[in-house]
Amino acid sequence: MLEAFEYAFMQRALIAGLIVAVVCSYFGVFVVQRRMGFLGNGLAHSAFGGVALAILLQQHLPALDPLWIAAPFTVAVALAIQWVQQRSRLASDTAIGILFSLAMALGIIFLSKTTRYSSDAMAYLFGSILTVSPRDVINAIILALLTIAVIPLWGRWAYATMDAELARADAVPVARDNYILTAVLAVAIVIAMKIVGIVLIAAFMVIPAATARLLTNRFGSMTIASVLFGAGSVLLGLPLSVQLDMPSGAFIIVLQSAVFFSAMILQKRHS
Amino acid sequence: MNAAVTVQNLTVRFGGITALEDVSFTLNEGGFLAVLGPNGAGKSTLLKTLTGLISPSEGSVRIGGGDSQVVSYVPQLKTLDREFPALALELVVSGLRRRWPWRISGEDEARAMKALKSAGVGAFARTPIAHLSGGQLQRVYLARGMVRNPRLLILDEPASGIDFAGEGEFYHLLEHYQHDHPEATIVMITHDWSVARHHASAVLLLNRRVVGFGHPDEILKDELLRDAYGHRGHAHTMQVGE
Repeated sequence: MLEAFEYAFMQRALIAGLIVAVVCSYFGVFVVQRRMGFLGNGLAHSAFGGVALAILLQQHLPALDPLWIAAPFTVAVALAIQWVQQRSRLASDTAIGILFSLAMALGIIFLSKTTRYSSDAMAYLFGSILTVSPRDVINAIILALLTIAVIPLWGRWAYATMDAELARADAVPVARDNYILTAVLAVAIVIAMKIVGIVLIAAFMVIPAATARLLTNRFGSMTIASVLFGAGSVLLGLPLSVQLDMPSGAFIIVLQSAVFFSAMILQKRHS
Repeated sequence: MNAAVTVQNLTVRFGGITALEDVSFTLNEGGFLAVLGPNGAGKSTLLKTLTGLISPSEGSVRIGGGDSQVVSYVPQLKTLDREFPALALELVVSGLRRRWPWRISGEDEARAMKALKSAGVGAFARTPIAHLSGGQLQRVYLARGMVRNPRLLILDEPASGIDFAGEGEFYHLLEHYQHDHPEATIVMITHDWSVARHHASAVLLLNRRVVGFGHPDEILKDELLRDAYGHRGHAHTMQVGE
């Protein structure tokens, strides 16, 4: 089973997949606990608008990496979602629904203006972990460094997740921290999307954290368990999927779901 | 005696709605202020302005000697995510660190345990907050508020969720805290006039404006209560009197 990792493409898949798994599972604890599952999905779809804009611009700038347009575009959508949420009385899923529909619509308009067909849009939307390029690995490492840089905010984000008003009363800059969290989430989603595709991102953002929540009563332990479940699913799922000749991304999701349902049964027996 | 809270000509507006208008009062150190008034009177807005959660539209709020004073806020439980994975002990330590604790030091644990025990919930230190009753959680919140020995303790309807027997005990905990910390000042919203009469040293009767401020015996009178609450105030006074 391990012979497959003698190939460079498998090594790249493992490195990038592990980084994406760890990062998404880490942020997943906030996504799950703040009931922001729809945000992950919404931002992943919003990135389509950015990719389409990049493809349109590539007509004049052929060397342009779509990521450099998709990332700021998705961050802008994420910040706009946060802004609408804070400035209106609309529920968060409504704000997400409005902004991601707008981003998708812009994407369709941008694509309609391109004169040539590009496979980039499909590659970004549906990504494949086995076709990870060296540039994708570098992007994943940048994402890992960005995540390490915001680790000191874990305590403040967790505090505001538990009780935002209490955190504000203790002078925690909750609004600013929320903008940072959504912006970093947007960057993580855009980079991860090219590597693993939209479907797998949504799974990584929710399933490991939800599994961890079932098995622990402390947020610190939940964070560690979520990261371990996410990383474990790639470490086990990637070689197994190759061995069984199954699509790797889909197999990893099935594996994560199996662990989730096992945890549910285990929790029910203990309670 | 030094002033613990000085509010001068405080007005708070949200868009076109005036929540508080020209509110002024001074509370001395060691005082226990009960804030009373009907729903929508601006009681929570006043408390949030004292904690800095809301900025005044006009006027000013001064807390004791300035920023060096330690202020603790015990909000209503409605903003708490009851499903958040946390132990009662962690919740109290968060009051010390002003962030969620990744690890708890021995010193922090000792201080948190002392606060939990003094609030009567030491036995629940390692209980997940999702498993606590409303009354137990309210006491944990009080322990969280007391753990950093605040000079000003601000409580928003702290007895909601506590049964009748536990309520009296809860107010005795507050009195006990003031006994141990004579310079500590308490500001608390309550809907219970008898609580204000028996435990507070001063009452602020509010209905967007100050209807009355002073000793409970001076303020909890039929005429002022009717001014604040309308005819309902009169009916309640009659029931209490009877």
